[in-house]
Amino acid sequence: MATIRTEPVTINLGPQHPSTHGVFRLRVTFDGEEIVDLEPVFGYLHRGTEKLAESRNYVQIVTLTDRMDYVASMSNNLAYVRTVEKLSDIKVPERAQYIRVISVELQRIASHLMATGFLLNDLGALATPLVYCFRERERILDLFEMLCGARITLSYMRPGGVFQDAPEEFWGSLNTLISDLPSYLDELESLITTNEIVLARTIGVGLLSDTQAIDSGVTGPILRASSVKWDLRKANPYEIYDRVNFDVPIGSSGDTYDRYYVRLQEMRESIKIISQCIQQIEPGPVRTKTPFFIRPPTGEAYSSVEGPKGELGFYMVSDGGISPYRFKVRAPSFINLTPLRDMITGWKMGDLIIILGSIDIVLGEVDR
Amino acid sequence: MAPTPVLFISFEILQKNFAGLIELIGFGESFKWLATLLAGISISFLIINVMVMATAFYTWFERRMIARFQVRRGPNRNGPFGMLQPFADVLKLIMKEDTIPDEADKPVFTLAPIALLAPTLMIMIVIPFGTFLHEDAFLSNLNIGILFIVGVTSVNSIAIFMAGWASRNKYAILGSMRGAAMLISYEIPMALGITSVLILSGSLAMTEIVSSQSVWFILVMPMGFFVFMAASTAEMSRTPFDQIEAESELGSGYNTEYSGIKFAVLFLAEFMAPLVTAAVVTTLFLGGSQGFDFLPGGVWFALKMFIIIFVLLWFRSTWPRLRIDQIMGFAWKTLFGLGLFNIFLVALEFSLADQFGGLASDSVSLTPEYMLIIGAINWIITIAIILIMANVVGRKKYTRPEPTPSPLANMGIKES
Repeated sequence: MATIRTEPVTINLGPQHPSTHGVFRLRVTFDGEEIVDLEPVFGYLHRGTEKLAESRNYVQIVTLTDRMDYVASMSNNLAYVRTVEKLSDIKVPERAQYIRVISVELQRIASHLMATGFLLNDLGALATPLVYCFRERERILDLFEMLCGARITLSYMRPGGVFQDAPEEFWGSLNTLISDLPSYLDELESLITTNEIVLARTIGVGLLSDTQAIDSGVTGPILRASSVKWDLRKANPYEIYDRVNFDVPIGSSGDTYDRYYVRLQEMRESIKIISQCIQQIEPGPVRTKTPFFIRPPTGEAYSSVEGPKGELGFYMVSDGGISPYRFKVRAPSFINLTPLRDMITGWKMGDLIIILGSIDIVLGEVDR
Repeated sequence: MAPTPVLFISFEILQKNFAGLIELIGFGESFKWLATLLAGISISFLIINVMVMATAFYTWFERRMIARFQVRRGPNRNGPFGMLQPFADVLKLIMKEDTIPDEADKPVFTLAPIALLAPTLMIMIVIPFGTFLHEDAFLSNLNIGILFIVGVTSVNSIAIFMAGWASRNKYAILGSMRGAAMLISYEIPMALGITSVLILSGSLAMTEIVSSQSVWFILVMPMGFFVFMAASTAEMSRTPFDQIEAESELGSGYNTEYSGIKFAVLFLAEFMAPLVTAAVVTTLFLGGSQGFDFLPGGVWFALKMFIIIFVLLWFRSTWPRLRIDQIMGFAWKTLFGLGLFNIFLVALEFSLADQFGGLASDSVSLTPEYMLIIGAINWIITIAIILIMANVVGRKKYTRPEPTPSPLANMGIKES
């Protein structure tokens, strides 16, 4: 029987595509529906954050970090100010540390909600889970608005503490949110976790083994989904993470479902952390007095935190001036894309979208 | 034999009236063709306008309803409750530039929206709606009504392939390739679902199918209903089978390159499909215009259609999409088997009932008592099959091992 001659087709997925989470471009070669090759193309959202930072002073750079991972500005703020504090040896008051942890964990929930919602959107659910996720995220953004007046680009943290103490009404709203969130998550889970179609689409898709994950430098929920128990909050406790009890959820095989489920469990752990912080927090100052122009001593520092997407690190070299001599970001979204080709090759077009969605990239951070 | 129903609007009556009119004016026998032509135009005018208006309000309803599912408000600005929103949409689309890509196959590109819309409209010809006057009204009582529907719906796949192919766009062609594969596959389970209806009704005419439903066929053969419903959801490519225009994968699928009024027509055809499908399902399984006497038959028909449409909306707003190979697998491994099994079951039961003298006076369909007995048996078998599939076959492959931490990483602290 004569075979019909076929040839692979190369499709440009993006930069304008509904499911690339921004302006990400993938040159994908298809053999029918199956993916034989793939080449990611970055840089459509490159704004030169690292270079810009070299001509700003240390407080101004906080606003630049907001614009990197714009879904999780708090975490970026924290990672940045911690590096400045390490560089210039600034002590942070305890209350500020608690407020930082609360806001960062809230941000983690917000970011994971968005990741989950968009993963479901990529799966083809007509925005219903996405809207449910956004409903809860809005309440978290309301809390941020109480803290600092902004909702997305927060710039809440400063070297030496936070910009201002949380207002009185913040604590009441936080308490109601914390008591409401578990039921919200249950609702979301009832829609997704045991959904037959979600299971059929995600289980076993986009496998990333633990060796592969470690070799490619992947961090965050993706690493933990590949059953590697690694969390900077436990491995290298910063702020007050050594004073709170929480588990590090891991997945069993490292497929798309695990990446979703690890995020969901992490949200529950974050709720646990926040409620412990609310109990432990005591009145006090929230900001160490620092000069307006911080001039760190000559030297270099690297500090990282466990952001919602992975290890978010900042490396800074100071020459004693008011702005860093060199500014480098270890962006988790960018590094998590390293195993993309291995994960996607051999799967079908629909899988490509959900694997990319489960990695949860934010293009502001990938391209910086 | 039941008396021939008095037709409310039908091609024949219109033709007769026009012929009378022509004679009245003074034209002779030789102008009889004019009556046929005028009747045909009138019927087409009626179907097209009624269906377009119905689809317009259906899109409004769908958007409002899905908004409610999604804790949103939906369109509420144009007119009362936003009911004029579809007209605003169409106005916008008409005013947009109607672009045709340079490398497109222009005739095919232009023809595709029409080829998609026409068959959808044609199905409505044979649907017996029931009027407000307690008479069966149908635009044309074809005696092969259901066969006509099966034949006409097949044109959809050609139209979608035409649209994708002519666009000369990789996304469009990927979407239409999927469409061609999927729509052709799902025609088989759909036909199997229809066949089981035909065994019980003993006729291909839509009116006969309705009148033979002394017990609604959804109660007699739930499995057949499921097969038909799933297949027709795939036929109109809605979630969870919306591979043809899988928004998150293909951008917009086969209609990527369409704009302006051509897109409006494609959109119209796409949103008319649920209405038509609901009408067919109502006729085949929910007893058409049957109902209690306090409301006219047309109202019952509309109510049943409404329920089916609501269920379809419910699907659309809750479920994610299946992958293309899973969709094909579902058609060939599950629905095909279930459909065949259902036909076997119904045929066996029918012949057994025939042996025991269960045929009604028209000697084609069964008496209500026998239908109820068959229905009871079928429900038990269906529930058993669902339980088996859910617990024995289905869940097994989704059990996951308890996660164990990988030995490759050590956080250096003791676990609490």
